Amino acid sequence: MPSKQEIYEKVVATLVDSLNVDPEEIRPEATLQGDLGAESIDFLDIVFRLERGFGIKIPRGELFPESIFQGDPEYVQDGKVTPKGIELLRQRLPFADIDSFAKDPQVNKISDLFTVEMITRYIESKLQAEEVTAPSAS
Amino acid sequence: MRWVWIDRFVAFEPGKRARAVKNLSQAEDYFRDHLPGYPVFPATLLLEGLAQTGGILAGQAGDFRHNVVLAKIHTAQLHREVYPGEMLEYEVELVDYRAEGATVRGRALVGTELVAEAEILFAHVSPDKTTGSGSAAGNFVFTGDLKKLLGLNRLLPTQPSPSTTGPD
Repeated sequence: MPSKQEIYEKVVATLVDSLNVDPEEIRPEATLQGDLGAESIDFLDIVFRLERGFGIKIPRGELFPESIFQGDPEYVQDGKVTPKGIELLRQRLPFADIDSFAKDPQVNKISDLFTVEMITRYIESKLQAEEVTAPSAS
Repeated sequence: MRWVWIDRFVAFEPGKRARAVKNLSQAEDYFRDHLPGYPVFPATLLLEGLAQTGGILAGQAGDFRHNVVLAKIHTAQLHREVYPGEMLEYEVELVDYRAEGATVRGRALVGTELVAEAEILFAHVSPDKTTGSGSAAGNFVFTGDLKKLLGLNRLLPTQPSPSTTGPD
């Protein structure tokens, strides 16, 4: 199992390829859309590259869920995510920094949850899970 | 007129790879302007041909249920110009495939000479997600008799079809 740093470096290389950005622009807290200029189609590209690069399967919506709230007023009111919505975010995006987001939960800032660190943590958990199910694999 | 930039499929392995040809004729309109006095096949159309070969390979992998839309060309290398009278052969292989889209790697050859290569990402748009009417609604990519037109009917495994048309 690669170390977190090794995973991070590979995630960076993936993003450099996919988004055509300089490695220097990439920090753990960099947001995919705001900082790195990812567009919606790039998310599919990133998923393909991560699957290939790490040899894992990423089920649809697991890393980058689409329309989490579906316009439900229980989850979003006056442009802010409700406490119930925050709970839903914790379930759907367990690797994102929801605590920081919850301090000022503006719904139009949701895209900031998708950071390099979030992808790294997701991949780390995926690889750990695989190690548990296949302990003999080196 | 359909926007078709391949003439015919010559090989098709479902879900894996496909090969199509495109003959370049001096009679095609664009050669008059591209370039005046020096006819060269526009690289954009070459990429379109590669994308169509790959898009149909990806489309068939999903049984033509999705609209396969060109989303991104990762890399494209053009090794030399292509001229009227030459026959392009587009070879593509399906690199990634999932419900949301596909990636293909393609090469364009004239004879055995590699003239271009590209990696292309497609996104799937479900017919039920499209809005509007007419050509923008429903399945707007794989319409009409495309399979017959491109010789795919002969290459794909036979499926029960209501069509009574014989082989061309």
